[in-house]
Formats: sequence, structure tokens, C-alpha cells
Amino acid sequence: MKNKGIKIKKSDFGFLSSLFAVFVGLLFGFIILLCSNASQAVPGFLTILTGALTHGNKGAGQVFYYATPIILTGLSVGFAFKTGLFNIGATGQFIAGSFAAVVVGLTLPSLGAVHWTVALLASAAAGAVWGAVPGILKAFFNVNEVISSIMMNYIGLYAVNFTVKGSKTLFDSLRNQSLPLPESSHIPKMGLNLLFPDSSVNGGIFIAVLAALVIYIILNKTTFGFELKAVGFNRNASKYAGINEKKSIILSMVIAGALAGMAGGLLYLAGSGKHIEVVDVLPAEGFTGISVALLGLSNPLGIVLAGLFIAHITSGGFYLQLFEFSTEIIDIIVAVIIYFSAFSLIIRLLFSKISKGRGEVKNHE
Amino acid sequence: MSSVYFIFQQTMFFTIPLLIVALGGMFSERSGIINIALEGIMIIGAFCSILFIHLTEGFLSGQVQLLLAIGVAALSGLLFSLLHAYASVNMKADQTISGTALNMFAPAFAIFIARILQGVQQIQFTNTFRIESVPVLGNIPVIGNLFFKNTYITTYIGFLILILSYIVIYKTKFGLRLRACGEHPQAADSVGINVYKMQYAGVLISGALGGIGGLVFVVPTSTNFNATVAGYGFLALAVLIFGQWKPLRIFWASLFFGFMKTIAASYSGIAVLEGLGIPSYIYKMIPYVATLIVLVFTSKNSQAPRASGIPYDKGVR
Repeated sequence: MKNKGIKIKKSDFGFLSSLFAVFVGLLFGFIILLCSNASQAVPGFLTILTGALTHGNKGAGQVFYYATPIILTGLSVGFAFKTGLFNIGATGQFIAGSFAAVVVGLTLPSLGAVHWTVALLASAAAGAVWGAVPGILKAFFNVNEVISSIMMNYIGLYAVNFTVKGSKTLFDSLRNQSLPLPESSHIPKMGLNLLFPDSSVNGGIFIAVLAALVIYIILNKTTFGFELKAVGFNRNASKYAGINEKKSIILSMVIAGALAGMAGGLLYLAGSGKHIEVVDVLPAEGFTGISVALLGLSNPLGIVLAGLFIAHITSGGFYLQLFEFSTEIIDIIVAVIIYFSAFSLIIRLLFSKISKGRGEVKNHE
Repeated sequence: MSSVYFIFQQTMFFTIPLLIVALGGMFSERSGIINIALEGIMIIGAFCSILFIHLTEGFLSGQVQLLLAIGVAALSGLLFSLLHAYASVNMKADQTISGTALNMFAPAFAIFIARILQGVQQIQFTNTFRIESVPVLGNIPVIGNLFFKNTYITTYIGFLILILSYIVIYKTKFGLRLRACGEHPQAADSVGINVYKMQYAGVLISGALGGIGGLVFVVPTSTNFNATVAGYGFLALAVLIFGQWKPLRIFWASLFFGFMKTIAASYSGIAVLEGLGIPSYIYKMIPYVATLIVLVFTSKNSQAPRASGIPYDKGVR
């Protein structure tokens, strides 16, 4: 595969293939709406596209609120991708982070003003620990991180349910969920409640964007990030070049875990009435993070955009119920987008063929 | 003694779906395609076949209906897995990503269609399939109680699939070729094996078995289908690794996992276990923790098919 004569930059291919995947996904969603109820399909589809924006500032605020945790789980998965690991365990790390946030939130209200900060740091630490396990297993025992982190997802789920249910300080046995968190553990609104009244948006979105910036700098501007990426490309070559490849793998998973853990912290500390419900079902945010990372091409800035996009159509999905469609259509659309974004290699070839053709024409001129 | 029989019968309900799905996964991975879409395939298989049972209630019942439903489950799982095969084989897509997409698609699709058809997402069905006691065989002391009472025809189908899988993988030309494609597809190609065809075959078999597994999971344990198979597809992946991609070991692994699931689900009804005072969550965690430990000891010299997960590229030496 020689890429002579290609005019479009490599990064643009990725962007185009993401756009293509989004287009196909939306088209597929529209066809499903048409098949299920043709008369409502057009207004329904428009609702998905306009999303929450039809509901003014409140709607926009809700989009930022939904986007906050999935940007972070997206960063977690995307960062791991960049370092050659598939972190399907963001779900488990998210659970661990939520748990730590709730524990600190309920047990240490005496901390006062720094309460929410400590709770958030605890969530990152718990996520890091949960991510470290597959990292260590991969580094020292060559265990495939996909399988081990799937196992860690379920272990996390059951361990947290077990602990929450068994603890009198955490558990609200009437409602079968964790007790509500005190005000001091809520993330400050940072003025966003004035911009977007009545919505659940809070300073978490700033923290998410800040995290994306930090990850961008680590990956692209530091030796440390370069080493992590090098190990992802070729473990043995990196070792030969003098990089401590075991340390790199573990640190990659620790950072990915911390990001996913923080996602849990940000969601449960948002003060929006979210509780750990003691049910044996994995939360969706971790898997949505995979979608966000794939759609954002694992690029931190792309992930922020992808997170906002998925939050946007998800909140559009809520209003779909007005047209007697169920919200699952959004999951279907996202799944189709992910399926087609897996084709990026072929689409890239297709684009390069087209631009090659153009390049040749130009050469003739 | 009756509680021993009870546990054994329950264990079978949990073991057989794991066994069938893990064997399906084995065919796919042995051909070189990682199939983490098993969860989604199970959901689609269960959805279509339970819907079939729901719609044919009234003029079909009993074993005939169940056997037809198994056919529906296998066919729907097979068709759904075509998507994975197309992405992995033709488009050389990342197999984990394609599998993840299918896993996301399946429950959403099942809920969406169920809502359109009947307003609610749960699909009810009447269980007319339970066999109280198999004639003649059920009267054999001990063995009759263990294997031929309070059972489902799916249990025997599960064992049949196990035996067939063993024969196909180890005793047929097809099995040898399939394994060759999973180990070294370029070498297989060089001796005239059509790698693409073999990989399609592997994924489609896993689709059919995954679909059946979905139905077999739902029928004995519930009276409605709620667009979930409770992580059994992922558990089957663990069984597959625990069983080191070998049919007989997969059987023992699924028996172990099924036993743990049974204890977690029904320990409160068993005096001995209730007396131990170990919470059910511990039993729920054990299969996953055990898999992690097994992974630690086996991954250095893993028996995993060598080419599993790598898109086949003819040009690579």
C-alpha cells in the first residue's frame, strides 16, 4: 500500500471516516423509524438531530451534564487505545470510582470545603487501583487485558453491591440504594447554574475538558507519553530501546483507570440525585465510553466532541417518547456508528483511492 | 439426598447454556476470529426464539415447539453473526470493536422491536417444556434422579453439541482446517485452504450455537424475556479461556461455573450452605476471580489459537 499522491492529510481521513460512520448510523436510525411508524418518522428523526437544543438553555445544560462522565470514560478507553490496550474495563473502574466517591461523600462530611475534592480524588484512586489489576496481569503474566478487565467489571459490580448492601452507613434499605450524599460533597456549579437554569450541569464538565487537555499534553508533548505509545506499538522493540515496558503498561492502565474512576465520581457527586442502586446490572457509562473513544478516534479533543455528540442525541432520545418511539433507537444508532467506524481502514483506503485519482488528474495538468 | 438432586438439576440449567455458547466461541476463535459478540448473539437468538414461542402459543406447545424455537434461535444467531463475520473477514475490522458494536446493538434492537410489537419490552411465554421424568430412564435409581427428572430436552441437546463439537474439531478434515486457520492462516492458505471460507464457517457456527445458548438460558430460568442474558455471553468467554479452547475442558469449566451460579442463586434454600453464612455475592464473584487466577497461570504458555484476533492478510509472510 503506497500512499503516493495523497492530498488529504492522514488525520483528515480519520475525521472523514467518523463522519461517514455517523452518517450511516443516522441513516440507519431513520430507516428503522420509517419502518416502525412512517407517519411519525420525520418529526421523530428531527427530534434526534436537534436533540435537547429545542429545550433552550436547560436542554443545553443537560447535554453537558450527560457528556461529563462519558467524556471521561471515553478518555479512559481512548488513552488505553493510544497505548495499545483495549480497556473494556472502564465499566468496572467507573463502578469502583463511584463507590469511592459515595464512601467519602457519606463518611467524611467533616472535611468541609475540600470534601468534594477529596471524594473526587478518591474516585480517581479507586479507578486507578481497579485499572492497575489488568495492567499488572498483562505486564507480568501476559494476560489479555480484554478478558481480565471484563472479569474485573463483574467482580467490581458484585463487590460494590455486596459492600453497599452490607454497610449501615452507606445503605438505604428502604429504597435498596445508597444513601443521599451531603451538600458539601457536591461538585460546585461554578456559575453554570446561572447560564443553564434548572439543569443538572455543574463544574464537572470543566474538569472533564481539563482532563482531556492533560491527556492530550501527556500523549503528544511528553517523553512519558511517547514511551507509553511506543510500548503500544511494539512491546519488544520498546524494551530493546531501553523503555521499561512493564512499568509503561501498568501506568497506562492506572491512568486509564483513574479517568474512568473519576467519571464515576463526577456523576455521583453531581448532586443530581444519583445513587448506587444495588442491582446486578453493569452501568452503561463504561460501554458508552468505548463508543465515544472510537468515534473520537482516541484523540482527546475528538473525544470531547464525540462525548458531546452522543450526549446530544441521547438527550434527543428522551424527547422521542413524545412520538411513541422508545429511546433504544439511540443505542441502535450508536451501535451502527461504532460498527461502521470499525471499518475505518477500508474507508481510509476508499478515500485515498479517490484522492489518488484527483492527484493524478492534477499531475496531468 | 433430595437437595443434592435439586442442586444437580439446577446446575444443569446454568451449565448447558454456558457450554453451548462457549463451544460456539471455540469454533470462532479456532478459526482465528475473536468473538466477543457472544452476549449480543445470545440476546438476538433468545429474542427471536422467545418471540416465536410467544406468537405460536395456542397451536404449538411442548417439545415440538421448543425444537422449532431452537431452530429459530440458531438461524437468527447465525444471521446476526454474519455481521461480525463480514466486518472481521471482508472488512478486516478490529474484531473487538465489531463485537462491541453488536453487543450494544442487540439489547437495544430487542427492546425496540418488542415495544413496537406489543408495547412492553418483556416478552411473556408459557413454559410447556419441562420434562417431569423421562419415561423408563427416569426410574433408574440415582442416575434417573440426576439426569432424567425435572429436566429439559435442551440439556441433552447440549451434550449432543459437546460430542459433535469434539468430533468435528478433532476427527474431521473440516476441524483440522479450521484449527490450521486459527494457528497460521498463511500456511493454511499455502496448502489450498480457503481461509476466508473457514473463518466465515467458524463465526457462523458460533452464531448458531450462541443463538441456541440464548434460548437455552432463558427457558428454564424465567417465564419472560427482558432483552438480557445477564452477562452470560461474557461468562461464556471466561469459560472458553478457562477451558483453554478444548471441548472437554470447556465442559468441565462450564460445569464449575454453572455450579457456582447455582449456589449463588439458590443457597438460601439449602440448609448446609445457609449454615456456612457466606453471602451470595461471594459465590457470584467466584467464577470471575477463578478465571483471573487461571489466566495468571496459563497465559504465559496460553493454548489460545495463535492467529486469533489478527485480521488475515494474504500478503504477510
